Amino acid sequence: MKDFKEKLSGRIFFVLALSSISVLALITVFILIKGTPLIAEVGLKDFIFGMTWAPGRGEFGIFPMIAGSVSVTFGAAVIGVPIGICCSIFLAEFAPAWLSKIFRPVIQLLAGIPSVVYGFWGMIFVVPLIRDYLGGPGLSILAGSIILAIMILPTVISISEVSILALPRQYKEGALALGMTHWQAIYSVVLPSAKSGIVASVVLGIGRAVGETMAVIMVLGNAVALPESILDPVRTLTTNIGIEMGYAEGAHEQALFATGIVLFVVIMIINGLAQYITRDKNKGRR
Amino acid sequence: MKEMESLMNISNPAKRYTAPTSARCSLGLKAAFMIAALLCTSFLHGCSRPEGGIVIAGSTSVQPYVEILSEEFASLYPDIAIDIQGGGSSAGITAAEAGTAQIGMSSRSLKDKELDRGLWSVEIAKDGLAVIVHPENPVKGLTYEQVRSIYAGEIVNWEQVGGNNAKIHLIAREEGSGTRSAFEDLFMGEKYITPKAIVQNSNGSVKQLVADDKNSIGFISLGLCDSKVAALELNGVAATHENIVNGSYQMYRPFLFVANSEPIGDAKLFIDYILSDEGQKLLLENGLIPATEGIEKG
Repeated sequence: MKDFKEKLSGRIFFVLALSSISVLALITVFILIKGTPLIAEVGLKDFIFGMTWAPGRGEFGIFPMIAGSVSVTFGAAVIGVPIGICCSIFLAEFAPAWLSKIFRPVIQLLAGIPSVVYGFWGMIFVVPLIRDYLGGPGLSILAGSIILAIMILPTVISISEVSILALPRQYKEGALALGMTHWQAIYSVVLPSAKSGIVASVVLGIGRAVGETMAVIMVLGNAVALPESILDPVRTLTTNIGIEMGYAEGAHEQALFATGIVLFVVIMIINGLAQYITRDKNKGRR
Repeated sequence: MKEMESLMNISNPAKRYTAPTSARCSLGLKAAFMIAALLCTSFLHGCSRPEGGIVIAGSTSVQPYVEILSEEFASLYPDIAIDIQGGGSSAGITAAEAGTAQIGMSSRSLKDKELDRGLWSVEIAKDGLAVIVHPENPVKGLTYEQVRSIYAGEIVNWEQVGGNNAKIHLIAREEGSGTRSAFEDLFMGEKYITPKAIVQNSNGSVKQLVADDKNSIGFISLGLCDSKVAALELNGVAATHENIVNGSYQMYRPFLFVANSEPIGDAKLFIDYILSDEGQKLLLENGLIPATEGIEKG
């Protein structure tokens, strides 16, 4: 009887675990079935490098959206990564224990705020600031980058901090023993040793930024043209799906699924890159 | 619910096995029973949904008015449940054709290919389309040609149409929206809306943006205009109800109910109610132009 229950519980867990993977498989297959006919019809090159998105007239070029995704994500990384890494260094190396006890949960809380709240705050607060002080319509690459920079902070900070804390104590102690100052030890020993973890945190943060939809719909302006400055409105791959899915039908709907395929591939590459970087680190340590 | 209780009772004896030797096992069983119980309750819930009623789906521009009407309708016929969903004109027409909704709402005329499929439709009201700017904008009126050139991206500065020296911030609706396609039909002619236009996916957010940004221009349902935004005069004619009714303001679109065949039963009852004097009066009070009022030009 006991043996039976052991086996049964094992099976149940297996089935439940399998269900999570099969959901992924289902989604993948579904997106591919829905999206590939359109890519085949338009041609992969024309779909990805086409400059005009006008589903009503049968033109499906997503290059402006790719440019939009790249520019907003790059902007978010430029703003968010330095802040995130500095914050993680502060938490791991400088902050007294009581202070980091306050900091850590607060940063985790940042990750728990729903993205629509970020978007709403951006729309009410950031967008008017940009419109009044920098010009343009306010809905812009800059607004999206600022919101996304805040949203990737928890990822960048927590993973960087963990990778700094995971370093053997001897690294820093040795550096200090050789007469380095605290900052010299951090700069020339700690950071280079934790490099792969920090890079992985940046890559994962970028993955988060590429995939974000709701917050950026509200602050980017969603124009389907190549941006000329950071104050211009743009549309990203995710917002293209988010803003048009409600009304799409037929080839238009297929085109949105095809946009999903491109997004899927991009996210897989980014996650693969992050896995590759962290795997490399583990091998080095062994 | 009985099923769920009995399942929970079965899972209770599992507590007996929480002795250290088989802790894993009891956890696994408990988890399994919990999930089975959850599945059962959700299944039962699915079964207990009421049969019948009317499903209405489609244009988000028509939706708020139909919701108001359905509330009044419900006080007359409390037994008929009405389920109103958004999704957009095209989705509504598709749903009506497929029969997943008895009635589809559309905020644009049917396209030729949709008419060819033999859909049934009736106009329930007319809705003016207003071109709106910030109330402080000195430009109070434009010609059709100016609106077209602005949205085509040929006129880019307010100075070119007699306003301040400032860039025009264009706001449009997304591809597939009934309001966008009505605007294209009414204003754009052979030209296209420039891709540089900011795109928002509801009347409400277009209005909010125009109310916030002094240099912006947008288009929304006339019924939704209020003091936060200023509706432009077009070719010298103010965007008002009276002017639509007397035929001088020509920028309006039909609000249609669509079905795959002539409606019967509850759906017909609801449509008759909307087309009745009482229903039409309610639409008028909420900012629409009743379908039964004669507008000569179609």
